[in-house]
Formats: sequence, C-alpha cells, structure tokens
Amino acid sequence: MSSVAHHLDPLALELCALSKTFKLGGGMLHKSRTLKAVNDVSLRVPRGQVMGLVGESGCGKSTLAKMLLGLTPPSAGDVLINGKAIVNANQKALARHIQPIFQDPYSSLNPRQRIAQIVGLPLRIHGIGTSKEQAVKVEEMLDMVGLPKRAAQQYPGQMSGGQRQRVAIARALIMRPDLVICDEPTSALDVSVQAQILNLLLDLKDEFGLTYLFISHDLAVVEHLADRLAVMYLGQIVEEGTREQIFTAPRHPYTQALLASALTPEPGLGVPDIGLGAGQPDPTQPPSGCAFHPRCPVAQPTCSQQAPTLSAIAQTSDQATRQGNQARVACHFA
Amino acid sequence: MANILSPQVAAEQPLAATWQSRLFRSTLNNRSLTIGLLIITSLGVVALLAPWLAPHDPYLQNTANRMVPPFWHDTGSWTHPLGTDRLGRDYLSRLIYGTRISLFIGIVVALISGLIGTTLGVLAGYFGGRVDAVVSYLLTTRLAMPVVLVALAMASLIGGSMLTVTLLLGLLLWDRFAVVARSATQQLRDAEYIQAAQALGCPLHYILLREVLPNIAGALIVVATLEVANAILLEATLSFLGMGVQPPSPSWGLMIAEGKAYMFFQPWVITIPGSALFVLVLAINLLGDGLRDLSAPGGRNE
Amino acid sequence: MSNQSSVERSTAPASPLLSVKQLRVDLPVAKGTLHAVRGIDFHVERGEMLCLVGESGCGKSMTSLALMGLLPRKAQINADCLNFDGVDLLTVSEHERSNLRGARMAMIFQEPMTALNPAYTLGNQLCEALRRHQLVSRKAAHDRALYLLKRVGISAAEERMRQYPHQLSGGLRQRVMIAMALMCEPDLIIADEPTTALDVTIQAQILHLLRDLQQEFGTAVIFITHDLGVVARIADRVAVMYAGEVIETASAQALFHAPSHPYTQGLLRCIPTPSKTLPGSRLQAIPGVVPSLVDKVEGCAFCNRCDHADERCYSTPPLQTVADRHLSRCHFAHQLANPATINAQEVTL
Repeated sequence: MSSVAHHLDPLALELCALSKTFKLGGGMLHKSRTLKAVNDVSLRVPRGQVMGLVGESGCGKSTLAKMLLGLTPPSAGDVLINGKAIVNANQKALARHIQPIFQDPYSSLNPRQRIAQIVGLPLRIHGIGTSKEQAVKVEEMLDMVGLPKRAAQQYPGQMSGGQRQRVAIARALIMRPDLVICDEPTSALDVSVQAQILNLLLDLKDEFGLTYLFISHDLAVVEHLADRLAVMYLGQIVEEGTREQIFTAPRHPYTQALLASALTPEPGLGVPDIGLGAGQPDPTQPPSGCAFHPRCPVAQPTCSQQAPTLSAIAQTSDQATRQGNQARVACHFA
Repeated sequence: MANILSPQVAAEQPLAATWQSRLFRSTLNNRSLTIGLLIITSLGVVALLAPWLAPHDPYLQNTANRMVPPFWHDTGSWTHPLGTDRLGRDYLSRLIYGTRISLFIGIVVALISGLIGTTLGVLAGYFGGRVDAVVSYLLTTRLAMPVVLVALAMASLIGGSMLTVTLLLGLLLWDRFAVVARSATQQLRDAEYIQAAQALGCPLHYILLREVLPNIAGALIVVATLEVANAILLEATLSFLGMGVQPPSPSWGLMIAEGKAYMFFQPWVITIPGSALFVLVLAINLLGDGLRDLSAPGGRNE
Repeated sequence: MSNQSSVERSTAPASPLLSVKQLRVDLPVAKGTLHAVRGIDFHVERGEMLCLVGESGCGKSMTSLALMGLLPRKAQINADCLNFDGVDLLTVSEHERSNLRGARMAMIFQEPMTALNPAYTLGNQLCEALRRHQLVSRKAAHDRALYLLKRVGISAAEERMRQYPHQLSGGLRQRVMIAMALMCEPDLIIADEPTTALDVTIQAQILHLLRDLQQEFGTAVIFITHDLGVVARIADRVAVMYAGEVIETASAQALFHAPSHPYTQGLLRCIPTPSKTLPGSRLQAIPGVVPSLVDKVEGCAFCNRCDHADERCYSTPPLQTVADRHLSRCHFAHQLANPATINAQEVTL
C-alpha cells in the first residue's frame, strides 16, 4: 500500500508554516486569551531518517505531534506526507502512513483488552485479511518486537513497562506505516529498559525502512538516535540542523543552554552554570521580538523589538541545500 | 565464563492471575457483596418461579377468609402461612408475585435511565465544549425537579399503571448515570490509548463503545445497583400514594397502602411487605457497596 | 531538645551523622509480603552528598520514608541500627520524631505542589516551618525566610512571600522547597528525585543551587535519583540500589571509573554517552526485568540478568571491600573491579 508512495517524494514529511492557536478560558465575564502552541513551523523530514524534536515542556512539541497524527486540525499551514497534504485526508488513509508511539506505556494500552486485540486492532479497523490472517500477523509482529507468543493472551496489567512499550510499538508498526511519531517513548522507562527499547526502535527502523519523528527532552537519547535535529522554544523552531551541526556547533543561545544543561555521567565535571534567567515566560503572553530574549545571556536591545527569522546559515553549500542538509537558526547573532 | 543461567528465560516473570480470576477471588472475600448477591439471587429465583412457588392464586378473593393472621399467631394456620388481606387473598402469594413487580420495575428503570444517562454523560465527557454545555444544562434542569412530585403529577395526568411508573422513573432517574459517565469519560478522553485509536481512524462508535465504555463500566454498574434500589422504593412510594401500580396487582407498596387502615390492630399487614421491601433494598445496596469496593482504586491490591 | 542534641553532637564528633545497618522494610500486599528494602547498610557523613541511585521499585524511596518515619502504617520496619546523630530512629517517640523532622532532618519531594499547602502564602509556610521548632519572633522568622528566598535565587522575594504556591512555576516551587528545608538549618536533607519533574535547563539550575547551598551550610544530603548523569555531577559518594539492596557503594569517581558490580557496569554501559557510544549503534542493554520482591528472594537478585552468573550466585553474596570505601555485593567483585579481567572476559564472551 505504501510502496507506491515510496518513490514519489524524497521527503517523508513536510510541514509548511504550520500553526496551532488555542483559545483559553473566555466566559461571559473575562476575555479569552490565545495560546500559540505551535507558531509558523516549517520542517522537512527526509525519508528513512530520524528527525529529533527537542524542547522543554510547553514548547509545543506534543501539539505538533497531534496535528501530524490528524488528532487536532492545524489553525494554519499544511502537513504533507509523502508529498500529499493531509489536511482534508481521511483519517483511515492517514493512519496507514503515520502512527504514534506514546510516552506512557501505562496509559497507551486499553487495560480491558488482551494484547492480541490491541495489536490486531489496526488490521480489524482497516479490514485487512481474515481473522486468521490477522492472528498470524499479530503473532509475527509480537515476535518482531521481542515478546513471547503467550503475551498475546495477556492483559496490559500483567506486563512490565518495557513489555507494554513493545506492545505499543507492535501496534504502531503492524500496518507498516512509513512514518512513526515517537513522543518521548522512553522517558517513563528505567534506563536499563530504555536501552532495550532504543535498540528495538533502531532495529525496526532498518527492517521496515521507517522514518521517525523522535520527540524527546533527553538530549543523550536524541543524539544517539537522530540524524537531524530541530530545537523548539515557545512554539517555534529556533534551530535545525544535522546531529553534528547541532551537537558540535550549536548556534542558537537556547540550544547552547540546552546542551550545557544535559548532564552526562562524567564525574568531576560538576553542575554547569548555564546563566539562563528564570523559567519560561507565560506562553499566552509571549515576549516581544525574539521569544527567548528575556532569558538570553547575549540579548541586545534589537532582540526585544524584532523577531529573528529562521534562516539558513550562510556557509552551507548549495549541495547541502539540495540534499535538505542545510542548517537553519533563528537568532540575530548566530 | 560459562553462562549457566539464560537471562532471557529467567527474565520472563511468572504470569500473574488474570483479572477475571482475581475478580472472582476478591468477590468471595467481600462479605457485603456475597450476602447481597445471595439475597438478590434467591429473590430473583422466587420472582421467576412465582407461579410454582405461590401456594394460592394471588388474585383469588375469599371474603369468608378475610384478615387471617400469619402462622405464628394463635389463630393463624399453615394454609395461609402469612395470612390473608382484607379481601381474603393469600398474603404469601401476593408477596411472591410482588417480587416480580419490584424487580421488574427496578431493573427496567435502571436500564432505561442507564441508557439515557450514560449516552448523555459519555457524549458530554468525550466531546466537551458545546455538547457538554447542553448536557450540563439538561442535568441541572433535571436536578432541579423533585422526582416524587413530578412523577406524581405526571402519573395523575396520564393515569397510573405499571408502564407509566416504569417509563416515568426511567426518564427521571438518569442524572447520576450522566454525572458519573461524564466525569469518568473526561478522565479517559486524553488517555493515550484513546488517542492511539483515534490516530488509527477508528470510527466514533468503536471508540465510545469499545475503548471508553468498558473502562467506565465499573463505576456505572455501581450506580445502576443504587438506582435499582431507588426505583423500587419510588415505585412503592407511588403505589402507596395511589399513582403507581394499580390494584389488584400485588405491588408491595400497594399492599402497604391497602393495609394502612388496619395497621394498629393487625400490624403484620404492613410489616410483612415492609420487611420484604427493606430486605430487597438492603441487599441491593450491599451489592452496590461491594461492587464499589471492587472497582475502587487499590481495591485490587496490585 | 536542642540542648540535648547539641550535647550529643559534641560527644561523638567522629561518628557518621546517620548510620543504617540491616534496614528492612516489608509491606503486606495481596499476594504475600513485599520485601521493599532487604537489609541495607549505609552511612552518611556530616556535610556530604550521598546519592542513592536505582531504578523504579528498587526501594530507594521506601528507604527515605523509613528514615523520615513517614512509611505507610501497614509497613513493617526493622534494623540492627538506625542511628541519626545519637538518636535511635527505631525507638524514638512520635513526639521526638516530629521535633527532629523539619528541625534536624528535612525532606524535599519530587512534586513540590504536594508538599506545599495551597491555602497558605509562601511566607506563612516558610515562617511556620521555623517557628514550629524554634522560639523566634515573627520578625526574625520573616527575615530569615526573606534571606533564604533571595539565597535560592528568587527575585522580588518580598512579593513572593505574599504569593500562594499555585502562582509559581515548577522550578520556583522547588526553590521555595529548598528554602523551606533550610529554614531550621537541618543537619540532613533527604531529597527524593527533586528535579525529575523539571525541564533540563531548570534542573541544572536547581542542582547547581542545591550543591552550592549544601557546601555553604555544611548540610548532609541524601539525594535520591534514577539519573546517573545527575549522580555523576553532584555526588560525593554513591550507593547503588537494586531489588531492595545496596549493591555497591563508592565515591563518585570510583563508581564511574571502576564499577565493580555487574549491575552498575551494565547501567553505565546502557546509557548513550556522547563521547563513548557511536550514534545509531546498538546500546548494551541489560536483558530481562527486575525480579519480583514478593515473598522470598533467594541468592543474588541480579543473577537472572547477569553475564557472569554461575552456581555461586544461588547464595546471597557478601558485601566485599573492593578498595578503600568501595563496597560491592557480588561474588566476583574483586575480579570485576580489575579492568584487565573484564576485558579478557568480554573477549571470551
């Protein structure tokens, strides 16, 4: 089903000026406030790559994921999957191309259904194969994610967090989608189990030729998995580039602060002093100009007046631009 | 170094019991649930087998045999173990047939109101926004109406009968279902498995019936038992006031009403149906309490 | 109370602030008894930062609750020794314990919102924390609260004192919690995953602050976490817990450079580290899952996931001294502590 689309477009996913605005509150007595959860985000994800999406809580990464999955309509802009806009596409057609893996393996599986029902649900909903064929496929899929056969008859409550996350992966992949949205898939797991799940995700990516949009706040995990990286702050992408570009030469002060505050297990280095001011500002009242300027250690007067645009870094070669490898940053002084 | 313990095999934890078997075990451990279930089952059997269990025809009048006292009185006899009423009808037979009416009304009312309340509540909880506003408005309106007065007024307009009582109570008692279903659904709405189902393109009815409903069923069943008890009492009340089940049907409420003129001289004419009512409602409440304990968080001791 | 304790403090200057020997915590559950903590030994020196690290369910939070006397009522606690600066925490009366709590031992929780009362202003709660234990004037308490709020990096402290907990962000609330813990100048602070719920940039700020204040005030801290990155950066000493036991204790340097327990080694290998792991490569995961701690656990709890396990591992391994102040609960601790043998083993495996 998806093999037809495979050769049409080199981009598995493209976001064009995507925005999502929520109206908050607003009753008879007070005025409603608007929250720009996602603000003018453009991003191109090449096929077969892992695009890391990094940012702190409230930066809009989960809202972005919901829009891609068709769970909430964008306020403006387009999402293109395999070169086709999804805005008016039917949810079932979309589901064959894009599937989610959620953060919390305890809430992502219906506690009242057996594992076989949960993993087989996509096949039943889409009417693929007879019930016998479906059962065979479910068994294959469970085997692929490293679960024993008897797991099919279990309930989620009888499984550990790692096993549940394997079930969630099996459900996401049973229809062989092209694109998987991984929304913090390991942040609820213990580190020893996290490694098992990351290995599994890497194996399955090669096996099925998947493209991942990998959302995480754990920079070590993202650095391990991602080919490209986009950093979000208050609903906007502030920097985008390849893993090497971001991790070796971050341009944006926010990216630099994020990288500095990631604590690697190296004793003796102490806790870095990252010189950011207090926490994020209220997203319903974003600062003028560059949204990061109140916390930015190198902010200048212009930063509070003029918002920087996300533009390609000058040095990148034409070739890199054509391959979609160019780095972009939204800072006046990058 | 030799690897004598295969980590893969050892890693598999022993299977925990399935939730059904755990449910069964904790049911047995729960005393109020067991007692409630036992009484209700036996009353259910009595209601089903009424024609065979009743010693006499409950409608057969015998004016020669009026107001025979029950067997424990000096003048009582085993022909009419619980005596006869003012028209000489066998009290035990009437009581047995009355079980049918009480249980039927209780269950059917709970079904009707459950259907209405759950539908409204689930829709309000799932969609939120305007749907929620409309349902909340209906709910407030309904809560502002005194059930007994409205039922009495309506029954006197339409004319009391078993059908009217059942329908009226069914249309009036959906509020608790709606409240519980609404808040339970609101909590589930953002669960990731619901989102996963939405992302798969599952149709709305699938999500509501297969993903939402089974997970709020526990709470709804508890409400249902309490509403059964409530409906039975209300039916008795309405029948007592003459706007419910009409004579000569052997409703317990009606039996009390018919006996009220004699209650100072032959108190058993009202204590017998009164006790029956008490036992049935108590049993249902015990059952509801037990079910609530089972479905309460931590009740499964995981 | 404060007199008495200062006498005790002066009589035993060399003894550790807190010593725990063979602490056990058992919880009755539906299927039997959960041995949440199974005979752990550790001690905390004055003014040191001890990190208690382990995965979920390893008993680290139960340990902290046992120390604070905040265990659920049905939990059973026993120990050979549970001594806090001369006070036996096992036999201490509830009254004395509540005098200790807050005054000499304070706790910082993962979610500050649960520890702050939403109905009172921050100033009110901060002052109350001091005035409950010490006879000081309202003004003195207020001044100290103001000083500490400034010290934990809260701007406009005077204004914040009049605010309620819900008006603050998560990072600010955790700063307030730290200030509150410091109000009585306790000897020991138990911090249970204080930064887990925070964003990384905020986490770095809070850790930095905690480390600074701990050194400035000379407070001992038991820092409970599952994050090895945090441990590496702030700990003086580390105790690694697995399945209700402390399986290795060492200085932070020794633990990260020469781990001697297979579990610690496995943990360190399975987190992606920028300079060591090749991006996109397979991580060396620890196979399997943690064993159930319900009812009897025989032998080494890690043996079902361990590459080195053999017949010996069916018996409970003793705590072995690998190096100075470096203990490991493994039959192979001495071999594993020597990197040369590890490499040789990896070749043979």
